[in-house]
Amino acid sequence: MARIIIPTPLRKFTNNQSTIEVEAIDIRESIDALSSLYPDLKKQLLDDTGEIRKFVRIYLGDEDIKVLNNERTPVTDDAVISIVPAIAGGLA
Amino acid sequence: MTSIKFSKEELERYSRHLIIPEFNIEGQRRLKGAKVLVVGSGGLGSPVLLYLTAAGVGTIGIIDFDVVDETNLQRQVLFTVDDIGKPKSTSAINRLKGLNPHVRFIEHNTRLTSDNALEILSEYDIVADGTDNFPTRYLVNDASVILQKPNVYASIFRFEGQVSVFNYTDKDGNTGPNYRDLFPTPPPPGLVPSCAEGGVLGVLPGIIGSLQANEVIKVITGIGEPLNGRLFLFDALTFETRTLKVHKDPEQPQIVKLIDYEIFCGLGGQDEEAVDVKEVTVQELENLKDRGSDFQLIDVREPYEYEIANLSGTLIPLAEIEQHVDQIASDKQVVVHCRSGVRSAQAIQTLEKSFGFTNLYNLKGGILAYAEEIDNSLAKY
Repeated sequence: MARIIIPTPLRKFTNNQSTIEVEAIDIRESIDALSSLYPDLKKQLLDDTGEIRKFVRIYLGDEDIKVLNNERTPVTDDAVISIVPAIAGGLA
Repeated sequence: MTSIKFSKEELERYSRHLIIPEFNIEGQRRLKGAKVLVVGSGGLGSPVLLYLTAAGVGTIGIIDFDVVDETNLQRQVLFTVDDIGKPKSTSAINRLKGLNPHVRFIEHNTRLTSDNALEILSEYDIVADGTDNFPTRYLVNDASVILQKPNVYASIFRFEGQVSVFNYTDKDGNTGPNYRDLFPTPPPPGLVPSCAEGGVLGVLPGIIGSLQANEVIKVITGIGEPLNGRLFLFDALTFETRTLKVHKDPEQPQIVKLIDYEIFCGLGGQDEEAVDVKEVTVQELENLKDRGSDFQLIDVREPYEYEIANLSGTLIPLAEIEQHVDQIASDKQVVVHCRSGVRSAQAIQTLEKSFGFTNLYNLKGGILAYAEEIDNSLAKY
């Protein structure tokens, strides 16, 4: 099972779960599995055409999937997938 | 660099740096010769400024247009209760001067804008970005890229922090990725709440801001490996830390000029008209109450916000508004409110669009404005 790490701003869509395990062969399947478990998370991650939103980055281990094989990057059983959203806090 | 001299007092003050073999007096000279601009003197800016001042950075600029308020003191350790109501930049400099009289401070008690950013940043070698909103993040990034300055970045939200060094040029003259390589576009307004809306654990900016100060010192002195091309993530709840790679994005257009960042981030301009809803002021709400008018008050905040302060409205959190539409009257005036008026405007838009309501009024400025103008006993948060 691949492990997906959910960032703080999106945990309200996963019942505050910080990690979710999914069965998937690649990143696309992982995101789809996650979306079907937590439908409210889907619109945060994907735009209307199903593309990953540009203010969210998906990492496999420490590598950005955009320099691997994007959504078709294969995922192994011990994979750690990170969702990294833009956050802007600091001053307030 | 050898032209930079130290007094006896300075040599004694910095002695714990001077005896580190990799740092020594040369590192200290670089610090003294450096000019750093800290953007925002709040949660992140507080530890950054305290540590850079203590460490002996020669010139520190502080840009902040805000004044200190009570809700800042939970995490903005630069300030005390005596500073409430005073400009942050002035209060910060007063405090920091007491910490290290050998540092020169430059106060910019103004908002960083597309009009002044290039002029202000051009006076400095390094920028440390600790702002709280996306428009300023992109502005700081773009100005740093245009002026070819490293941008030491940190950001926080609730329990999570991010740190990176953007636009860093290494010894071989290669410049690393910038913020737009990581996040080409900002999230639409409302999707990612700010700290003011989402909250932040008070100690988190202390942790993340200290890491940011550490990176500033590394960039100045050239010791170690700065977080160039890498993004550090910290989760204070799980204590999970990760360091991810950041690459330059060849598809990103070259940044050649500053733009209107409010519009770029979906704020202001045309988008503001899109959230145009009917409004009532807090005084008008008060008049409705005083006259005993038949109206309904709906509060679209979260239950934990309701506990902090409320106006005895019917609580229906924004996310549940469509499920509980049957609780909203259609035959009389309905005033909808939240903390500051943004979420309630969204709620009204949804209700008008999906259910055809025509009797909904947004409370301008939300419960914050009510606490400010009508009822001082309500807690502002």
